[in-house]
Order: sequence, then structure tokens, then C-alpha cells
Amino acid sequence: MVAAEEGVDSILEVEDLTIRYGKHVSLYLPELSVRRHEIFGIIGPAGSGRTSFLKAINRMDLFDPTMDVRGTIRFQGRDVKEWRNVYSLRRRIGVVFPLPVGLPLSVYDNVALAPRLSGVRNKTDLDGIVEGCLQRAALWDEVKDRLDSLGSLLSGGQQQRLTIARALSQKPDLLMLDEFSIAVDPVTTMRIEDVLKELKSEITIILVTNLVQQARRLADRTAFFLNGTCVEIGNTEDLFAGKVADPRTEDYILGRFG
Amino acid sequence: MRPVSELPELPELKDMDRRDFDWYADKLVQVLVFVGGFSAIVFILGIFFFITREGIGFILHSLDIVEFFTSPNWRPTSEQNQTYGALALIAGTASVTGMAMAVAIPFSLGAAIYIGEFAGPKTREALKVLVELLAAIPSVVWGFIGLTLMNSLIIRLFDVPIGLNILNAGLILGLMAAPIMTTIAEDALKAVPDHYREAAEAMGATRWQVTRKVVVPAAKNGLVAAVLLGVGRGFGETMAVLMATGHAINLPTSIFDSVRAITATIAAELGETAVGSEHYGALFTLGIFLFTVTFAINLTADVIVRGWKR
Amino acid sequence: MSESLFAKTALDERNQRVQRFYRRLFLTMTLLLILPVFVILTVLLSRGASVLSLSFLFTNPEQGMTAGGVFPALLGTIFLVTAALVFSVPLGIAAAIYLSEYASDNWLTRLINLAIINLAGVPSIVHALFGVGAFVLFFRFGTSILAASLTLAIMTLPVVIVSTRESLQAVPRAFREAGWSLGATRWQTIRHIVLPNAVSGILTGVILEVSRTAGETAPIMFTGAAFFLPFLPQSVYDQTMALSLHLFVISTQVPGVPEGLPYGVALLLIAVVLVMNSVSIAFRMYLRSRKKW
Repeated sequence: MVAAEEGVDSILEVEDLTIRYGKHVSLYLPELSVRRHEIFGIIGPAGSGRTSFLKAINRMDLFDPTMDVRGTIRFQGRDVKEWRNVYSLRRRIGVVFPLPVGLPLSVYDNVALAPRLSGVRNKTDLDGIVEGCLQRAALWDEVKDRLDSLGSLLSGGQQQRLTIARALSQKPDLLMLDEFSIAVDPVTTMRIEDVLKELKSEITIILVTNLVQQARRLADRTAFFLNGTCVEIGNTEDLFAGKVADPRTEDYILGRFG
Repeated sequence: MRPVSELPELPELKDMDRRDFDWYADKLVQVLVFVGGFSAIVFILGIFFFITREGIGFILHSLDIVEFFTSPNWRPTSEQNQTYGALALIAGTASVTGMAMAVAIPFSLGAAIYIGEFAGPKTREALKVLVELLAAIPSVVWGFIGLTLMNSLIIRLFDVPIGLNILNAGLILGLMAAPIMTTIAEDALKAVPDHYREAAEAMGATRWQVTRKVVVPAAKNGLVAAVLLGVGRGFGETMAVLMATGHAINLPTSIFDSVRAITATIAAELGETAVGSEHYGALFTLGIFLFTVTFAINLTADVIVRGWKR
Repeated sequence: MSESLFAKTALDERNQRVQRFYRRLFLTMTLLLILPVFVILTVLLSRGASVLSLSFLFTNPEQGMTAGGVFPALLGTIFLVTAALVFSVPLGIAAAIYLSEYASDNWLTRLINLAIINLAGVPSIVHALFGVGAFVLFFRFGTSILAASLTLAIMTLPVVIVSTRESLQAVPRAFREAGWSLGATRWQTIRHIVLPNAVSGILTGVILEVSRTAGETAPIMFTGAAFFLPFLPQSVYDQTMALSLHLFVISTQVPGVPEGLPYGVALLLIAVVLVMNSVSIAFRMYLRSRKKW
């Protein structure tokens, strides 16, 4: 496992994290850190604890009474459990779920929702945010003439990009994507991958994916989760070149199991 | 797509870790809605409390439990010897409810089976709407029909002197209870998983055989609950029964006898009593009895339904 | 082989006949159940339609209630139903929001649900007794619109709660999660995402409740509705007339009533109720066709 280098800026630091559902331990992470402006990939088979990890980061575990999170996750240097206003924590972190969700509001209102809730009232400001986010999500050209249409009636690929636009509307420092391409066609997947590469200069990205090649294309460093533990973290190039610390990683990457 | 570097900067939105108005508003709403939810418990307890409060005087001082349940002499206004025997009233309620169930159970079940297992989607919609309209008819209108239409119908058809009797109120009550029984029975049938039906049909059974031998037995919990709810409805119905049963307080011997139900008694006599009097307390005691019985019926039905849904 | 394996056997024929018989039997039973609606409407229309007219609706009764119109009763029913809704709808929506969005599956929630089911099953005359004991006497409102509508409100509460909760739960959880992950509070999510999509379902339920409440007699009989009132109510502490009670008294206790009059009142009452029900049903079907997701 590659340790965090001294002097590199970490946006997220994990120490001694244990996540349980009832009695069952779904994830144990002794140590992990995510650097600023990197795309951090997480690969591994289903049930390895990847989604639980994301939930713990933005404290969505509070909505699940069966979930128990122990240990420390430091976001921007502060333990997420110690934020006084958990909602402002969530505003700093954007999430994209596996299934595309277009809210049953107009496209405009979908993207303007979060800024409005934060108090932005000025029409010009909102217009700017909506256009900016939709541009960044590579959706603007397709919807600019029908910002009034219902977000929930867009196609799957459009809804997923709409979700990204929503996630960007609060200018988060961290964007987490959980298997975003599962329900999305390959063309849109490619477009979103381009979007992520562009966004890297502005924000940090954690990319959970079941497509090993997607991690190879996008991630700077990749972590391999298996059965609730992190087997190893390494530079993506190294891992895919066969320079692995653990043979299981190579097996998974080569598709010997999944 | 324009490269990100060319796009205008997104404005930095306020994000300090500070508890703002929305944070406090959320907590306040949490309290308010809890109060709303809890109010249901407050009200059901309140109902029991207040009817007991008015009836406790009678219960403690004048109630003779044996007489109450075994004597058919309900004579609260007699000058010499007031008696509060509720047997005739209980018999009245029971007989009318029994008649109602005799009508409603087969018809509701038949309707539920037809709607659930045989009807096509459009027919099903139409029938369900019509059943809903049946349910919408107010009880005082039913009572009025009992007084007028049913009354003359019974007199003519059966050649009896009075048409306000168990048969009249029972038929009406049956029609009033049928919609909810049909709906619950239909839900119970619908809850039987499709693969039961498919397995039976794969063995060559007809629709009816599937229904009779597989679906209905599997749905029996829900069907029992439907019957219980219908009985509860029958026990508690006031206006229709008041208007259609006639006014005779006696133990019935045939369905053409006039009777008096508990609900009707309370409704008919409460206006004549003085607050706090013995008669007044007796009526509230009848109310406590009604409340307890319907509470028990509803509780049982709910337990059965939850057992089935699990 | 002279017989095909799949030819109809005698057993098959019999099964089909039995099936046809039962199918027809159950269809007949269903139709018999629904038939009374039409019979009642026909009877009321034929005997009572002559009484109905605009003046009937808007003039006062005369000659000891044996002639004239039903205006004060109609107005009274509107007052009572409106006041009952003012109390029960906000409370019911709050309770439904609690049950659908906040409550976890513990004993308290089960108790609340039990209370709601039992509240729905309380006989109407027991509601009347409660209204007398609590609002008329204990809280000293006297027989008044206030007491009667509070009694009605508690009666309609369970139905409002259940139908609102169903409308809320029809909104997919994914929408809420999208809201929460944006940093919206629970209330913000409910207010901006869930409620707007549940409003139409809630409205359908409320219209249904209005029609049910308009027909109730027992709960208002001793708590605030009266038959022969010379004046219209001036405040919530006054008594009022009501259409349902009017029908009851006029058909059982008033001598010398011309034959058509009670039929007319019954027709009016059932027409109001059925129209509102149909509006609610039609609205519900319209909503279902206009899917938003």
C-alpha cells in the first residue's frame, strides 16, 4: 500500500474507519488519503464496502439507522463527525449515484435548487450558475432551449449529466461518483469521462467503478477494495503494468475473478 | 463542449460550518410533525377518557352489571322503577349486524373474486369506481331509503304490517358495509403472489379452480379481516339503523320484528336526558361498551392483517 | 391413434362449464351490489327532482319546515365542513409527514398507527358522545359550530393522515436522497421536492373527506347542529342547521310534510356527495395519466 507522501495536500484523510450494518462489518480502513485535484479510483467487486465508504464521507449514514460508523474521516482537515452543520458539509461534497435521478422539476430548477436553498436569489446569478454547471456537465447544448422541460423526463444519459450539473452547483471541493455509468449508454459514458478529466483542474474526484478499464482511463491513483478491506492503493499506471503489491489485485484487474 | 478553463468561475457559495436558519427550521419542523403524529394517540385516549368521565357516575353508583347484560328491560324513563337492561339492545345490534353480514359476506366476496380474478383491467376500474360510489352514500340517506323505499317494498313483498325491522336495516347495513369489505377482500386476493396462480394453471386448472383451491385459501387471513371490519362497521352504524329498525325494544324472534340497536338508543334518547342524570350516564355507559367492542374488533382485524402482510 | 392427446375430454368440458357458471355468478353478485346506487338515484330523482330549484337552495324554510328552501341548512353544512377541514387537514398532513419522513420502525410508531386505525373505527355516535363530553361540556364551548366541527375534525383525521401518507410515500426515495446529498435539510427536501409532488394526491383525499363529512349526522346532532333555528349563526359559538340533520328530522319528526320535500333534500345531499366523489375520482385518474416520472 502506498503511504501518503509528506507535504502533499490531502483533501480527505481516513484513520481507523470501521463501518457496520448491525453486527456485520462492511468496511475496515486503517488508513487512506485522497490528494487534492486527483482522480482517485476505487475498484473491486460488489459488496466490498465501496458505497458504504462514500456514504460515510458525506454523512448520509445518518439517514440509515442500521449503519454504524466508527473512526475518523477528515475532510478539509476537520473530522466529518465534528461539523456542527452537517448540511454545509454535504454542500461541499457532490455525489452522483448509479441510477440517474432527474428531479421532477424543470431542468433549470434542478440545477438552481441547491443555490436557492443556500440563499442565492438574484436571477442573473442563478442564470449564470445554471449555465455554468450545465456547460461543465456537457449538457448545456442539448437543453439550452428547453430549460423549462421536466428533468425527470430526460433520457438516462441526460439525467446523469443533470445530476452532475446539480452536484457542481454548489462549487464543491470533492465530487464522488458511484458507478455512474451503469445505467448510461456508452456514448454518454465517454462524454462524462471527458467532463471528469476537465473538472480535475477545479475539484477533486473520487470515482467508484466496476469497470476496471474506466479506472485505468481516468484515475491517477486507484484503490482495490475486496470484502470490506482495502487491499492496496497505488498509481494507476503501476497497477495496470503489473507492479502490484498483492497478487489478488492483479487477478481482479485481469478479470480472473469479479 | 467548452474546456473548463474557459468557463466563468462559479460563485463561491456560503459554506461556513455555521448553524443557520434552515438548520433550526428543520429541527422545529421535526418537533411539530412529531406532535402531529402523537396527536392520534392523544385523541383516541381522549375519546375513551371523556366518555368514561360522563359515564363513570352511572357505572359506580347505579350500574347493575348482571341486569345490564341479561335483562331486556330498558326502561330509563319509567316513573317507578327504572331499569337499565341492555340485553334487548345488544340483541338488536347483533341481529341487525348478523343479517347485514349474511348479505354482505357472500356478495362482497363474490364481487372481490370477480373484480380481482376474472375482470379485465377496464372493467375492473369501472367496477371499483362504482363500488366507491356505493360507499359514498351518506348513512342518513340510507336511513331515509329504509324509511321509505325499503319499508314499502318489504310490506308489499312479504305481506307484513310494518316494514321497519331487522330485514330492512340488515339489508341496508349490508350494502353499507359491503364496499369496504370488498376492497379489503380484493387487496387480500391481490396479495397472493402470482406464482401460486401460475403454478396451478400450469397444471391445467381453470381460473375458477385456481381461485377456489389456491388463491382464496391463501388469502384467508385478509378475508377474515375484511369480515371483522364489516362487523365493526355494522356494530357502529347509527343513523341508518336508527331510521330503519323501528322503535321496539324487545328480543327479536323473526327478521320481521322491529328492534332497537345500541347506537340508535343513544342517538334517540340522549337529547331527552339531563346532563349528569342516571339516564344520561347509562347512555354514556352504552357508549363505553360500544367503544370497547369496536376497539377489540379493529385490534383483532389489524393483528390478523399484519400477520398476513408479513 | 384415433384421439389426439389434446382433444377436449369430458372432464375439460365440465370444468369449463363450472367455470363459466361461477364467473357469471360472481359478475351477477357484483352487479347486484352496485345496482342499489342506481335504484336509489332513480327513486330520489323521480320523487324529489320536482322540489329542487335554485330558489330551493337559496330560500329559508317556511311554515314550520314544511315548505320553502334549505338555505340555512346548506350554509350550515358548508360552515361545519370547512371548519372541520381547517382543523383536521394541517394536523393530518403534519402527522402524515412525521409517519412517512421521520418516524423509524419502533414501538411508538406502531402505537401511533394503531391509534389511527382505531380512531377510524370509532362509531359515529361515540364521536358524538366524546364531542359532548369534551367540547360541549368540559371545554365549555356549548353546543356550537366550534364543538361540532372539532368533533367532525377528529372523525376525519385518520382518513386525512392515511391518504396523505400514501401520497407522500408514492414519491420515490431516490428523489429525497438526491436532495439530501445536495445538502438540503429534511424539511427543505420535503418542502421543495416531496410535498409539491404529493399535493395532488393529498387534494384528492381531502375532496373525498369533504364529501364524507358533509353527510355525517350523528356527530353534529348533539354538539352544535339543530333543526329549527330562526337566525343564521353569527359566530362559532352559535348553533347551526345542517343538511344531513335536516333530512333526518324532516323525514322522522315533522308532521304534515309534503311528499316530495324529504326526497328533494335527500336528493340534494346525495347529489352533493356523489358529485364531490366523482370529482375526486376523475382528478385521480387525470393525475395517473399525467405521469411526471
